[in-house]
Amino acid sequence: MTAETPATVRSASKGPWVRAWGRFSSNGAALAGLAILVPILVLVISYPLWWPYSPNDIDLRALNQAPGPVHWLGTDGVGRDILARLMQGGRISLTVAVVSVAISIVIGFLVGAIASFGGKVVDNGVMRLVDLAMTLPPVIFLLVLASIAGTGVAPTIVVISLLSWPVLSRMVRARLLELRERDFVVAARGMGASLPHLLFRHGLPNSIDILVVYATLQIANAILLEAGLSFLGLGIAPPEASWGNMLNAARSTVVLEQYVWQWMFPGGALVLTVLAINFLGDGLRDAFDPRSDLN
Amino acid sequence: MVLALSVLVFILLRLAPGDPIDAYVNPASPLSPDAMQALRDRLGLDAPLPVQYFGWLRAAVTGDLGFSIQRVGVPVLPLVLERIGPTLLLMAAGLAIAIVVGITAGIISAVRRNSPTDIGFSVLAFVGISSPAFLTALLGLYFFSVQLRWAPSGGMLTPGAGFSLGDLLAHLVLPACLLSIGHAALIMRYMRASLLEVLNQDYVRTARAKGVREFFVIVKHAVRNALLPVITLIGSTIGIAVGGAIFIESVFNWPGMGLLLVNAVETRDYPVIMGATLVIGATVIVVNLLTDITYAAVDPRIQVA
Repeated sequence: MTAETPATVRSASKGPWVRAWGRFSSNGAALAGLAILVPILVLVISYPLWWPYSPNDIDLRALNQAPGPVHWLGTDGVGRDILARLMQGGRISLTVAVVSVAISIVIGFLVGAIASFGGKVVDNGVMRLVDLAMTLPPVIFLLVLASIAGTGVAPTIVVISLLSWPVLSRMVRARLLELRERDFVVAARGMGASLPHLLFRHGLPNSIDILVVYATLQIANAILLEAGLSFLGLGIAPPEASWGNMLNAARSTVVLEQYVWQWMFPGGALVLTVLAINFLGDGLRDAFDPRSDLN
Repeated sequence: MVLALSVLVFILLRLAPGDPIDAYVNPASPLSPDAMQALRDRLGLDAPLPVQYFGWLRAAVTGDLGFSIQRVGVPVLPLVLERIGPTLLLMAAGLAIAIVVGITAGIISAVRRNSPTDIGFSVLAFVGISSPAFLTALLGLYFFSVQLRWAPSGGMLTPGAGFSLGDLLAHLVLPACLLSIGHAALIMRYMRASLLEVLNQDYVRTARAKGVREFFVIVKHAVRNALLPVITLIGSTIGIAVGGAIFIESVFNWPGMGLLLVNAVETRDYPVIMGATLVIGATVIVVNLLTDITYAAVDPRIQVA
């Protein structure tokens, strides 16, 4: 990159985190992602403080109103304020994404750990299971799971987290297999370190880069999965708002053709957020990869 | 693999809450408990799970996937088979567009690295990856069918009119293009990265030093090798394309597997869900196998074991 930050020049005295930050902050796209994401987060979290309408208030005198001075982004078919629903939908969509990714990280790390430290038989068994879970097209699996779990916030979180851990467990397994043979781990074993000690004192800190990058990119993915499910009517059920089920309204031809604001705003918010998170995730991946300094 | 898949799907579906019998019963005139039990017996819903599974499997091997619970008397197999054609058509068209567009854009981007064209393509690719299929489908439907009226707004053929190729193509173009967006973006990014790596290699420099014209250096020397990882990518993302097809089908009312599956899930029609999932899963496994074979054919370094 063009800007030779002090961090890279005096790298001898800096830790890996500082150097990672140096790489991250010289990545324009990643900073742009951050610049889009932070305002979105602030708006979504703080909306009850500055917006008079709440997402489920029904105003029968203002059905299907176009964006205007009172309802900035218009209202929907039963007179609910689109901006308020957009903000509340953002809360739900982001919560679902973050929680499901957190769960899938725990599952993914543990499964990876079991596979890499459990011996050959366990490893083979677990990895075949992972293969199987990865065979089915994700959306198909999602539909089947969703038909079982039903609609609502909690089932949607369960479905998405059940779907997303296999990829991570593979990456964790590969990393842990490599670590297991490293001298410091062998030494720790020789001194009688327990399995939890090996996993959480040595394994976890040394896989943190995988986990952070995976988490970021997977959150973007989870937002899309939630939106897709809700769009098909299998995710978050109305009256609760989510970006996906707001888009669901556009399956009706009248809404699609005449009340454009009812689905274009949630769609825009969705794409913007996912785009920002993807930029961020890409930046993080480069930042955590020490080899990217060489280019 | 397919067998394991069928067990998984079977177990998952039987965990589902709700009784498929309920769908038979008109809430206004409830059946007597005896009649409902008779119905359960006839459909075999009370047998132990392994019995149900093996009964289903034995029939499935001979091509009998049972009957739809919702549409009484309609066997699943023809129901699924008649949907394969439209879905394959849609996916093949979408994939073809994605491959052509993605690879071309990837090559242009890599050759004119860091030019405005490259940056433009890369940003577009990022937007393409970040937009879900159903949103691009809605936008496409809105602009091209509603606003501009260039394309019909759904279905595969104009109802009432006889079959004609032109009519089919007119209905196909928009969904196929929209389906290709996400894929084209992915292929473009891989192609760009892969070609950039190849262009740095010694044999490319040798070719240039020999005086080979730049066009041939790229097309004959670099692109062939750069295509290898892209082929793997295309194979391994078929599953994602299936997912995209489901959304496109449900927005455009395209009579394919996706629409069938979504409707079946909505009405808890277990035999149809299982049949459709099995066929889709098996197709994906076969496509992955084909990709591996293609890979070996393109890259002589790989020996088929």
